[in-house]
Amino acid sequence: MIKNIFNEFSFIHVMKPLLFLFSIIFFASSLSFVERRLLALFQNRYGPNRVGWNGCLQILADTIKMFFKEDWIPPFSHKFFFVISPIISFISLLLVVAIIPFSTSFLIINLDIGILFFLMMSSLSVYSILFSGWSSNNKYSLLGAMRAAAQTISYEIFLGLSLMGVVAQAKSFNIIDIINSQKNLWNILPQFFGFIVFFISSLALCHRHPFDQPEAEQELADGYHIEYSGIKFGMFFIGEYISIIAVSSLMSCLFLAGGNNFLGLPKFLCFSLKTLFFIFTFILIRASLPRPRYDKVMYFGWKILLPITLFNLLITAFFILN
Amino acid sequence: MFFYNIIRYFFSNIKSMFIVFMNIFSKRETLLYPEKKVNIPPRYRGRIILTRDSNGEERCVSCGLCAVVCPVGCISLQKKEGKNGRWYPKFFRINFSRCIFCGLCEESCPTTAIQMTRDFEMSEYKRTDLVYEKKDLLISGPGKNHKYNFYEKSGKINIFKKNNKNIKRKIVDTKKILP
Ligand code: SF4
Ligand code: SF4
Repeated sequence: MIKNIFNEFSFIHVMKPLLFLFSIIFFASSLSFVERRLLALFQNRYGPNRVGWNGCLQILADTIKMFFKEDWIPPFSHKFFFVISPIISFISLLLVVAIIPFSTSFLIINLDIGILFFLMMSSLSVYSILFSGWSSNNKYSLLGAMRAAAQTISYEIFLGLSLMGVVAQAKSFNIIDIINSQKNLWNILPQFFGFIVFFISSLALCHRHPFDQPEAEQELADGYHIEYSGIKFGMFFIGEYISIIAVSSLMSCLFLAGGNNFLGLPKFLCFSLKTLFFIFTFILIRASLPRPRYDKVMYFGWKILLPITLFNLLITAFFILN
Repeated sequence: MFFYNIIRYFFSNIKSMFIVFMNIFSKRETLLYPEKKVNIPPRYRGRIILTRDSNGEERCVSCGLCAVVCPVGCISLQKKEGKNGRWYPKFFRINFSRCIFCGLCEESCPTTAIQMTRDFEMSEYKRTDLVYEKKDLLISGPGKNHKYNFYEKSGKINIFKKNNKNIKRKIVDTKKILP
């Protein structure tokens, strides 16, 4: 029996996702450090540079702090939802990482409905914010959750619709098929409007600047996770970075041909470079753009992005049917 | 106009991203403080000292003006009379945990005894360590004003020291109105 469990076949099948999981979580937590250093670089500061060489052990210090803080559940909150929402936020986009081919031989599951899976998980992740905002029983977190709801109904539509052009070109929802369909031309050129819209809506999906109305630190004092502390807050915090990684690697798969050869680099390196480029852009956008009012976001979503998406879809359909 | 505005806003956002990106190549403004010292201007209002005149005698005459003018009341001192009939502080105490470094004491002092320096690194672990006594405050030199000697101008006794010689001061008749 024990021999069976530890035979080579199952060992690899257990170890690969575990390795994957830990490397993603590690990378996401180090991204918090990288982001602070990069933001400081953009603003002519230094950022955290005291712990370890150039501040490289800052993650460790943050982790220790996060783990040993008091994990307080407010007595006025709804316990079940309060506890479950950071878990949803952490898990939902972490699962998306499973469908992303880091190279054609290195992926966890090859789902035929890859993109639909991503859309499903991204709409699940909204519940974490709604639950946490509602269950904390706090005005600010409720306001944050309401803003998140308003934002969600404005970006969810074209988050899906903007990908449909890509799907129609590849004639498949499978991400590997989509990558293979970009052998000659990266999707970013024929699907430029789709790319722009997807990029903007994925900013909104990750609640990054300028779409961070739900957690607006200046007005709402952290919005939906204001009542969270300790490891629960840490899960929200890391969850945000995991969603950045997931979304940017998805973007590099869908629009930049993922691990396809590029300048003769090895596939994995090529994929990472593209993903890092998107992560860098996310941080650059956070450093440079102001936060609009949330009704402006809705206006922007419905009146500008939705027509652009439909237009893009129309043109794609026209060229495919031609 | 609508489309024009969309395109304009789009490119203005791209432009601001580009400007922020170019900041990577510019110099950082942060001064890495403990390693690099801060260059503080000479008239900075930092730690307070009590100075001596050029003969090495205490300047403070215990007039109490500094203690009166201090807005937070953190100076306390007591007068004592020396053998030559001149006053000096028996104790002089400044509570730096209350001091707001406004500099009014320095302004008010008629003898330039109390002066402020450029030192600002005064943190302590215990609050009581921030109460400075006279021995902590009094320095051996004349501070910023090297020449000034209060007794050359005024004082009950009209003899003052200059270059270790006793000199008699011309007494001003305070009752007369002519200069
Ligand atoms: S600097 Fe201002 S607060 Fe401090 S001792 Fe002098 S008068 Fe008082
Ligand atoms: S320090 Fe100056 S103002 Fe204060 S008591 Fe002495 S002489 Fe007077």
